[in-house]
Amino acid sequence: MTTGFFTSVDDVAERLAATGYLASPAVATTVFLADRLGKPLLVEGPAGVGKTQLAKAVTEVTGARLVRLQCYEGVDESRALYEWNHAKQLLRITAGRGESWDETRTDVFGEEFLLPRPLLTAIRSEEPTVLLVDETDKADVEVEGLLLEVLSDFQVTVPELGTIMATRRPFTVLTSNASRELSEALRRRCLFLHIGFPEEELERRIVTLKVPGLDAELAASVVRVVGALRAMDLRKAPSVSETIDWARTLLALGADRLDERIVRETLGVLLKHQEDIVKAAAGLDLDVA
Amino acid sequence: MSPAGGPSPDAAGAAARLTGLVAALRAHGFGIGTGETVDAGLALEAVGFAERELVREALAATLLHGEGQRTVFDQVFDLYFPLGGAPGPAEAHGSTPADLAALRDRLAEALTAGDGAALDRLAAEAVGGFGGYGSGPESDGWSSYRTLSRLRPETLLARVRERLRATAAAEGPEFTERLLDDEIRRRIEGFRERVRTEARRRVAERQGRDRVARRAVAGTADGVDFLLAGRAQLDELRRTVRPLARKLATRLAARRRRAARGEIDLRRTLRGSLSTGGVPVRPVLRRRRPRRPELVLLCDVSGSVAGFAQFTMLLVQALHDQFSRVRVFAFVNRVDEVTGLIARGAADPAALGDRILAEAELTGWHGQSDYGTALGEFADRYAEAVGPRTVVFVLGDARTNGADPNLAALRLVADRARRVHWLNPEQPSLWGTGDSVAPAYAELVEMRPCRNARQLGELIGRLLPV
Repeated sequence: MTTGFFTSVDDVAERLAATGYLASPAVATTVFLADRLGKPLLVEGPAGVGKTQLAKAVTEVTGARLVRLQCYEGVDESRALYEWNHAKQLLRITAGRGESWDETRTDVFGEEFLLPRPLLTAIRSEEPTVLLVDETDKADVEVEGLLLEVLSDFQVTVPELGTIMATRRPFTVLTSNASRELSEALRRRCLFLHIGFPEEELERRIVTLKVPGLDAELAASVVRVVGALRAMDLRKAPSVSETIDWARTLLALGADRLDERIVRETLGVLLKHQEDIVKAAAGLDLDVA
Repeated sequence: MSPAGGPSPDAAGAAARLTGLVAALRAHGFGIGTGETVDAGLALEAVGFAERELVREALAATLLHGEGQRTVFDQVFDLYFPLGGAPGPAEAHGSTPADLAALRDRLAEALTAGDGAALDRLAAEAVGGFGGYGSGPESDGWSSYRTLSRLRPETLLARVRERLRATAAAEGPEFTERLLDDEIRRRIEGFRERVRTEARRRVAERQGRDRVARRAVAGTADGVDFLLAGRAQLDELRRTVRPLARKLATRLAARRRRAARGEIDLRRTLRGSLSTGGVPVRPVLRRRRPRRPELVLLCDVSGSVAGFAQFTMLLVQALHDQFSRVRVFAFVNRVDEVTGLIARGAADPAALGDRILAEAELTGWHGQSDYGTALGEFADRYAEAVGPRTVVFVLGDARTNGADPNLAALRLVADRARRVHWLNPEQPSLWGTGDSVAPAYAELVEMRPCRNARQLGELIGRLLPV
């Protein structure tokens, strides 16, 4: 069963680009396959390379509705899947004094008293949907078990109501920062995509697109410096979002070309650890002030 | 399957190629199920064979489960889905010195332009022209080493730099000028990798793909034997320390949380049950004092096992905030504390080994490792480092070069410590052979084989105290 959003790999790349998301061939191919095979997409990669942004871009392109499940330590079934509205059930029981037990029972476990959470919402949705399970690695192992049924068959079992099948398969994206190894069972059900730092040429296009006022030559220099920093084995290498921040900073400062002073003064935008800044200053031959 | 032309014209051929690729990946330890192979087939059908990079990404998306597998996958992929239109081995390339000069010239041009397709063509040409050896049908082959040592792409640096400078706008010194050399070096390294791929492909054509896929493709870095790892592999391993430490820290935190749930405090539960007529309605849990354990690392840093010791030291240093105290000792035949060196060395891990050997006093009369003397000295001088809350890790191959193993000293340490674990980078079948006294030590403390980074990660995650 396909979600049927795209017709070809080029189609993916073009339409994503139209929303301002420039996809590498790897990203475009995998998104196309996720759409065509109807399988969830597991996206890994360092922070700030656009994992979550990818899901948002797909949502925008396809005009679908975005359902987002943000994972955190301790997220559970009642936060992820569904919950019974206990307060409303109690009200219903109090209101219906005098009716028989059977009537009440069948009634309080009906649709009206069900609070759907993101996973159930996405499954039951009639319109095209993008389901984003963000930072899956932050959730506990038990939640992975919960995801397995949802992701492999796109169905949810509610004991009182029975099994709910997806009428329309949601386009599913899971993101992970790899702070915990996800289980093999989960990985098996997904297409795997690692988004790394982009190639120089692609990153230049991203910077030019996101920071329109920036001089093309300066953009090229910015990307080259960032590339050199990434080759330096730092504690936290600058990501695409940092590159864009840096380009914006330079634009705001009115710099029309890179020189030693401005690089030294704005290095903090790119690097977030003091030891990295010291190391980078040495690597780039900056005079340490 | 309906391939849209390209290198694999018929469906049966494509299926055979795919299953061959999967089998080769499985031989490298990838867990790929039949379901995933079917998905890979469906993916190939969806993207077609028109563009090779799309085929690569489609297979990677369906067959891989982690980024660590990517390098092995790329090498195997290049064997099973080689570049279309590459000249066959029969095609002759010139191999005279004049051809070499011409080739170097064109290479400099391609490096200047950073043109990937041209570099691929040149790599094929270079291996064809300068990488062949032998003349008999059984003994000949293709060698990337031979190609590269004759072509010597690294010497083109100055030439490429000049050309790049000439094409750049002549506006005086730009800040990015200083990055130029490193960028060119990276491009040259990329070309060397292309040559290696091409040589592997040609050998595969000659000897059969399956054999080469098994032998000539290097495994993932975390599976490399510590004792056999080369310098480049150790560098690569070092880069995995931080992600690994983060993973272990998450695992430790989870274990600690679970452990903190505690056990039933029977006395207080029964006392509480008196108010409910002896029925323990409300169980009382024993409280745990939040107290982090101490860790002592005792490492043999002599030549043979140095790589293993350094990797573990860096890993433990990266995990230091998980413990109330971490102390690291190194020895060859004398013991010295190196905790401070490691904390400072985390910023520059590559030079760590040299600094330990230079700045700590580790050798006495000779340079060979002597476990007995070192353990004795540790028990004498640093006994106060080990207490009832300390977990001690000893790292080493237990090869004492014939000296007295000094079991009493280890027994003393084991008695004082909460736990002693010995990690031995040799496989158990070698314990006790030659000058190894591993079995004697293994009777006193728990000894475990730990041969590569993957095993170390698993052991540390399991053995570290919470």
